[in-house]
Amino acid sequence: MNFVVLQFPASNCDQDAVHVLRNVLGHSVRLLWHKETSLGSADAVIVPGGFSYGDYLRTGAIARFSPVMQAVQTFAANGGPVLGICNGFQILCEAGLLPGALIRNRSLQFRCEHVFIKTATTDSPFSNRVPAGKLLRVPIAHGEGCYFADPETIAKLKADGRVLWYYVNAEGEPTDAANPNGSLENIAGICNERRNVAGLMPHPERASESLLGSADGRLIFESLIHSLESKQLAKAA
Amino acid sequence: MKAKIIITPKKAVLDPQGKTVLNALEHMGYRGIGAVHVGKYLEIEVTGEAEAVRKQIDEACHKFLSNPVIEDYRFELE
Repeated sequence: MNFVVLQFPASNCDQDAVHVLRNVLGHSVRLLWHKETSLGSADAVIVPGGFSYGDYLRTGAIARFSPVMQAVQTFAANGGPVLGICNGFQILCEAGLLPGALIRNRSLQFRCEHVFIKTATTDSPFSNRVPAGKLLRVPIAHGEGCYFADPETIAKLKADGRVLWYYVNAEGEPTDAANPNGSLENIAGICNERRNVAGLMPHPERASESLLGSADGRLIFESLIHSLESKQLAKAA
Repeated sequence: MKAKIIITPKKAVLDPQGKTVLNALEHMGYRGIGAVHVGKYLEIEVTGEAEAVRKQIDEACHKFLSNPVIEDYRFELE
């Protein structure tokens, strides 16, 4: 598969995403600078973590107007899969590709630790390979990861099965203590109505090799690859 | 002229900064404080006819300078 990983000034998880997709999973990856106006040949786009444009004004607020994001808008509108991780999630919300917003953690602290997330549905290109009941142990590293949306949006996200991941404790319960940032309903990741754009605050690319303490994050990339391969097979048939 | 823009978190949005400042003020002995909201203040120097500038600043506030999901804004020109 051909992956494109975007690169903004102050992106800092771009190389990790490239490493996992290229060296761990064996796919073709291109880094694309924010000034580019075309994605070229791409099967999926990763909007990586970091502090694009220094987080000035609001996280992701300036990145969403970069030339490359206009190309991502078109790509997503045509059904292309887009995954935003951490700052990438913030950018996709600012861009209106995902509903809601990510605000300052309720503790006001930057939280950098491993958390457990529970996959709420395997019905998405980003979660289809996660075994039923398996909790993913993945790291977070953010100061603005508190997911907020108005009550109608939250109700709709839940009713449509568009919350993909919740923060949970080691027993899989979405308790308040397991919520690292104050996100409404313990929401860690969501997708859009068409289910081709998703974002999450945890970093699957930092947990894709057992050497790093957890390879659970790999399931998210493997889901995306599985979905792309099934689509290709369907097209060929 | 100058556009003076004030951006504040919406009332329904959790404002941990405001809450922390409120706690600190109470701890310092200030009484009678109901709530604190921490927002942003921007000054934009701009030239043009007042009505056109107003329209332009309003659009910029809505599209870019504030996020309508979580923030309210107001501004004045002087």
